[in-house]
Amino acid sequence: MALRTFKLFRGDASGGELLNYQIEVDKGMVVLDAIHRIQTEQANDLAVRWNCKAGKCGSCSMEINGKPKLACMTRMNEYESNETISVRPIKTFPVIKDLTADVSWNFEQNKRIIPFKPDPSQKDERGNYRMYQEDVDRIQEFRKCIECYLCQNVCHVLRDHDQKDNFVGPRFMIRLAGLDMHPLDKEDRIPAVKEDFGLGMCNITRCCTDVCPEHIQITDNGIIPMKERVVDRFYDPVIWLWKKVFGNSD
Amino acid sequence: MLDISEIQTIEHDVLVVGAGGAGLSAAIECSSQGLSTGLICKSLLGKAHTVMAEGGVAAALGNVDNRDHWKVHFRDTMRGGKFLNVWRMAELHAKHAPDRVRELEEWGAVFDRTKQGLINQRNFGGHRYPRLAHVGDRTGLEIIRTLQDHGIHQGIEVYMECTGLDLLKDGDRISGMVAMWRETGQFIIFKAGAVIFATGGGGKAWKITSNSWEYTGDGHAMAYEAGAELMDMEFTQFHPTGMVWPPSVRGILVTEGVRGEGGILINSEGHRFMFENIPERFASETADTEEEAARWLAGDKDARRPPELLTRDVVARAIRKEVKAGRGSPHGGAFLDIASQRKAEDIKKKLPSMYHQFKVLAELDITTDPMEVGPTLHYMMGGIRVDADSQMSQVPGLFACGECSGGMHGANRLGGNSLSDLLVFGKLAGVGAAKYIRGISSPVGIVDEEAKVIIRAATEILNRESGENPYLLHEDLEENMQSNVGIVRSAELLLEGITKLESLKKSYKEVKANGASQYNPGWHEALALRNLMITAESVARSALMREESRGAHTRVDFPEEQDEWLQSNVVIHKGKDGNMVVRKTDRQQPNSELERIASLSIDELEKEVNGEG
Repeated sequence: MALRTFKLFRGDASGGELLNYQIEVDKGMVVLDAIHRIQTEQANDLAVRWNCKAGKCGSCSMEINGKPKLACMTRMNEYESNETISVRPIKTFPVIKDLTADVSWNFEQNKRIIPFKPDPSQKDERGNYRMYQEDVDRIQEFRKCIECYLCQNVCHVLRDHDQKDNFVGPRFMIRLAGLDMHPLDKEDRIPAVKEDFGLGMCNITRCCTDVCPEHIQITDNGIIPMKERVVDRFYDPVIWLWKKVFGNSD
Repeated sequence: MLDISEIQTIEHDVLVVGAGGAGLSAAIECSSQGLSTGLICKSLLGKAHTVMAEGGVAAALGNVDNRDHWKVHFRDTMRGGKFLNVWRMAELHAKHAPDRVRELEEWGAVFDRTKQGLINQRNFGGHRYPRLAHVGDRTGLEIIRTLQDHGIHQGIEVYMECTGLDLLKDGDRISGMVAMWRETGQFIIFKAGAVIFATGGGGKAWKITSNSWEYTGDGHAMAYEAGAELMDMEFTQFHPTGMVWPPSVRGILVTEGVRGEGGILINSEGHRFMFENIPERFASETADTEEEAARWLAGDKDARRPPELLTRDVVARAIRKEVKAGRGSPHGGAFLDIASQRKAEDIKKKLPSMYHQFKVLAELDITTDPMEVGPTLHYMMGGIRVDADSQMSQVPGLFACGECSGGMHGANRLGGNSLSDLLVFGKLAGVGAAKYIRGISSPVGIVDEEAKVIIRAATEILNRESGENPYLLHEDLEENMQSNVGIVRSAELLLEGITKLESLKKSYKEVKANGASQYNPGWHEALALRNLMITAESVARSALMREESRGAHTRVDFPEEQDEWLQSNVVIHKGKDGNMVVRKTDRQQPNSELERIASLSIDELEKEVNGEG
């Protein structure tokens, strides 16, 4: 047991401030446990999202001492014993109240993506599709995504430049990559990836990959291969090379 | 004055409550049948409890062992449920599960594969063959995401962070529900001819549970208030392997997949104790030496299954026994060891989220050290009593599917049978509701006064000058259920539990939420507490009535199964005086064919189904 100091954002869309709370913290606790204790003992109406408490649902994304994290997987012993812990809602999306943000924009983006479309004629007589493990390993990596939106939160294009109208963000880039690399899918989404979803806006700073609690290689395994596919489709390498060597004078 | 015409009202043919696997399946089916379908959920879409399911979805696909057949799955399910399951539900479940799993693949799910490129299947407690289609240990995530990504293109209206408060009726039949937007605290009236509950369980009444805040028995309680019956509520599943340390994560699930992949249970003396805990019913199908268990793990099809893969009720009681006898682990559990059974890289590949969970939360490497585990309240077998084919309750227009409905799993659920239950009965509830809606002769109406009563009761909690802290009241409830309505019960404890529940109900009348109505978890907690108390009371009263031990219900004062009790279900309804009425009802007898299949020896059944080809 040790007395610890927290600063939690309290407020809503109209404004707010960091308020001080002091509580006893037990061995083994994570930041979410501490927030719950504050809620129970001192701030009954403190708004915070959570569900599984084991890093599986992606509900408790917040910014802890400036770092975007899942509060349920952030142990208190990651911090110095006298360190004050400040918690704010994720910054890229509008605050609803206290530690909750309005992430509905993400759900709208998902709806824009053309869903999976298999070719039923590939089924065998018992109704089974065949796919081999080595062919699905790479898309299973993307499907580990728990939709915590931490990657969306740190993406410069969305966070600093507020280009939400032009770029769907890393979460949906790996969803698109997962569909494009799916062995059974028959839909062509490459033109949309380039034109509608703004793949070109990603400048590969890998911040999304750094914060992913599932350790998905968003940039290297998802976004860069998608960029290559777009290049293959729209920028013929022979013509590109010709232009590079001989210049643009036809 | 409260003016109902100023409250937002939305009309649908069907309102589905809950967006886990069952709710999404039901909504997809309703929408595909051409019904206007609304779906409300307390959390954001994709965060429901299904996301936490780990091990897999049970279906007799026969991809890994081609001897599997729906009849064997059915037999396993009945034996696991100690023959108390609603026979017809267990039959439908076993027959439909393979098609539902294939349908998920059609909708984009990517299960782990066999060498032949088919959906891979793993072993699990109580299942005769490798039967659980899975994706590592994150199968629930795969299923909910698949249903979500498919569902959002089916024309369903999804209302996120919206909490149902109570049902509305037009005479005897359902006409809608009053709900509340969590974000703003504003009320909303849904007008709908049919309501499908897919609200999950009520595990948050216990202190040590794998359940999240959402599991407050909302569907159970709202159905009860609307006149529906609850059945088999005494059967609450304690999953044998929850985390026990550190205290703040106590109860968090450790997948049965660990044992499916070969994990063994040992006590503080290093002894593998499950060999002494094999019930007679399963003795002929369970390995009785470590040598045979090792052969089974190596793939010998003639070897019998290790005793760690006995049903959950058996394993949970065995762990408890070791702890009581002073042979527990340092923090009061047993050791679950996979490190000695599998290579580190295989563990990380097959159980990645367990590896991660222990590494972060307990600072333990499961590829080198054993985990400490103990029983955790995980699942309610009991629930809203429904018709086995249509999923409709006794209240016309009210349907239930998934964990909140009763009957499918009898006295104990097999691991993996929940995800399949959600898919099978979610869809069937959608079919049932569509049929019902088409048969309605006149449109339903809303009685303003009913809606007003519901809204007033909710706002009173905020408006009270002072009163009980809802979080602390909840903690008292958890303590009471944990100590008095726990894994081992007696009349004495149950009576004490019920007395305490009565006093908690009194305190609840004075519950007070501080703050405003906008996104106020204290208020949400207070609202959910009513539902949780009704659910908890129904468990305690049913447990007191069932004077035998069967499956997940263990009575020290009645330690054996009683044949006479196999003929009965305990059923609960709300009496005219407002008090809970508990009664014993006769079970429907099975058709002789189902009874024959369930009672065959495994050798006879294998011969029969393989003869069929």
